[in-house]
Amino acid sequence: MVNKIWGYFIIIGVLYCLLNNNIEVINESILDSTKTSFDMIIKIFPVMALWLGIAKIAEASGLLKKLSSKLSIILKHIFPEIPTNHESLSYISSNIIANMFGLGNAATPFGLKAMQSLQQLNKKKDTATRSMITFLVLNTSGVTIIPTTIISLRMMYGSINPTGIVLPCIIITFLSTLSGLIIDRIFARFYV
Amino acid sequence: MSNYIMPLIVLIVIIYGIIKKVPVYDTFIEGAKESFDLVLKLFPCLLAMILSVNIFLKSNIVDLFKFISFIPNQILPMIIMRPISGTSSLAILTNIYEMFGPDSMLGTLASYIQGTTDTTFYILTLYFGSIGIKKIKYALWVGLLADLISITISILFINFIS
Repeated sequence: MVNKIWGYFIIIGVLYCLLNNNIEVINESILDSTKTSFDMIIKIFPVMALWLGIAKIAEASGLLKKLSSKLSIILKHIFPEIPTNHESLSYISSNIIANMFGLGNAATPFGLKAMQSLQQLNKKKDTATRSMITFLVLNTSGVTIIPTTIISLRMMYGSINPTGIVLPCIIITFLSTLSGLIIDRIFARFYV
Repeated sequence: MSNYIMPLIVLIVIIYGIIKKVPVYDTFIEGAKESFDLVLKLFPCLLAMILSVNIFLKSNIVDLFKFISFIPNQILPMIIMRPISGTSSLAILTNIYEMFGPDSMLGTLASYIQGTTDTTFYILTLYFGSIGIKKIKYALWVGLLADLISITISILFINFIS
């Protein structure tokens, strides 16, 4: 998928410039891309190091765990088919908590664990269950409360209000997660 | 008010760490070290994406999509890439900051989109692949619809509220 789109971006761009006799632009973008990407990685590197460091402390001190145990109380209502005290609930909430703080990379291992434990509840091992799909919806609508990486990047690029996007993001996330869950319920009811 | 968010997170995490007797400095270093791995993985991806997105954008072909006046053209590559690859859309996001500035309308919109959606295809492949699920039922449609809703609300938000 990525392979095709990546290729097509280049092919379409070059062909379009050839048609318009504007080939200088392509030379420029090819040369620029090396410099730009190097500058970017130099900017992103320390930001990632910083937040991964903070995240590690939150993980080691059990702060993430504590927050997620609070969350699993709410999650019970979203996942009615998971038995109470089943381990999958705690993995799901750890995953969501990590996502909330914009720590996508910390979230993935919890997500994989959550899927494994949801699979234990699955009767048809090659078919997705309703809870698995609900979990995916929570993931893909991106329950972000504090997008740390985005804030830091905005800072590096000289934003006058780097955290100004936080409140809109929370509102948008809330609305889209809610609609996502509703769509999920509708599909679950009518899908045969 | 929003200026307090980052200092507060750092403060809470560190105080809690000290209360729980975590060696905070060592742990921080340990976590920060993981960034080397990530950056090494990220760089080739960043370079590849900037190359192709720049060629695509600078060819001005997006002008052909002017008829969809609802969506700003320069954001199209990000919308296309967002569900597929996280590092790619992060690369496109930084590129937008670089080109238009983080406080511009495009920069803000791109921040919203990055913050409120996720890599649906990637998560789907990884999560279902890891446990051997082959029949994913309606999962892809619900996931993509959720992304589409986030993007639509982001655009509406930027046009009518902020």
